[in-house]
Amino acid sequence: MYVQNFLKGLWKQNPIFRLILGMCPTLAVTNAAINGLAMGLATLFVLVSSALIVSLIRNWIPSKVRIPSFIVIIATFVTIADYILAATVPPIHKVLGIYVPLIVVNCIILGRMEAFASKNSLINSLIDAFGMGIGFTLGLIILGSVREILGFGTLFGITLLGSWYPQMLIMKLPTGAFVTLGLLIALMNVISRRKTAQVKESG
Amino acid sequence: MANLFAIFFAAAVVNNFVFYRFLGICPFLGVSRKTNSAVGMGLAVSFVMVIAGIVTWMIQHWVLDPLGLPFLQYVSFILVIASLVQFIEMYMKRYREKMYKAFGIYLPLITTNCAILGLALLNILNNYNFIESLVFSIGAGAGFTLALIIMSGIRERLELADVPEALKGIPIALIVAGLLALAFGGFSGMI
Repeated sequence: MYVQNFLKGLWKQNPIFRLILGMCPTLAVTNAAINGLAMGLATLFVLVSSALIVSLIRNWIPSKVRIPSFIVIIATFVTIADYILAATVPPIHKVLGIYVPLIVVNCIILGRMEAFASKNSLINSLIDAFGMGIGFTLGLIILGSVREILGFGTLFGITLLGSWYPQMLIMKLPTGAFVTLGLLIALMNVISRRKTAQVKESG
Repeated sequence: MANLFAIFFAAAVVNNFVFYRFLGICPFLGVSRKTNSAVGMGLAVSFVMVIAGIVTWMIQHWVLDPLGLPFLQYVSFILVIASLVQFIEMYMKRYREKMYKAFGIYLPLITTNCAILGLALLNILNNYNFIESLVFSIGAGAGFTLALIIMSGIRERLELADVPEALKGIPIALIVAGLLALAFGGFSGMI
């Protein structure tokens, strides 16, 4: 049960490819894989810490003011994440810019608090948060890798394609983000449809 | 004056909130199926943007800066925006019934719209004075509304088009948005 709870964030309910949540950071910071990784980890940190607190005090929050309470808890951890990033990896913090504070309004986090952490036990909420956070990070890394390889010919800053490679300028532009994400979601749709078709045939 | 016009034009077109800064993508994808709802959402967002831009500017310059509390920026901004949206909704329900019926349903969604918080943070980050941040807020709202209306026009046509099965829905909307972003990128040399 724990395993399923964890795995659903990776595939069945992947925030980016299946639930289509958290689109703003997804599109904005994925011009390189390393930025996607940093954004994903910051979101993971905020998600897990907020789930921990919300799940611990869920019985004391009056249901009428639960959304503002969740937002304050999330905003506190986002401030912490922002200061940690600024202190440890200043160049990446600079590239991510206003998208770090914008984790506050990332629908994935508020969504998980409302739908899961405020109703489930501590262990389950933590597992759910880890699953969703890692699913989100993986999605960002996949999108970032595709754009970095096609746009710069590198992956995590390591040169994959030599100087003969004509770098695709469009992948560095906003257009690259929209089109790549659209095609990746279409690919996931095809894969999941094949899977369900197979299950039906064999069943 | 020329400077103010440059700020407005940059916020509305060149650095469009949707196509250049990727802010407010969720309502952009969610509420752009029909032109009517796109106009309603765009106006509601612009309205909240202008008020939130002014209020957060005052909080930053008159409260947080003098008291030396920069670390409370995110918490206070998001709380102010959330309560502001709630307040506007209550006011409209009581005194502006027609307006409430026109775009009241979009208001609750705006709290978690990253374009609002993004605008408040950009105002501070760019060191705008009061007038400049007001112009920037109006420009950003106009740009968001423009993006939403263009997109809804295309999506109404798209309903009749023969789109491949796998691309139906969100994927094709993203690809259209990508092409629009390319068009908006064409203005980048102007400023």
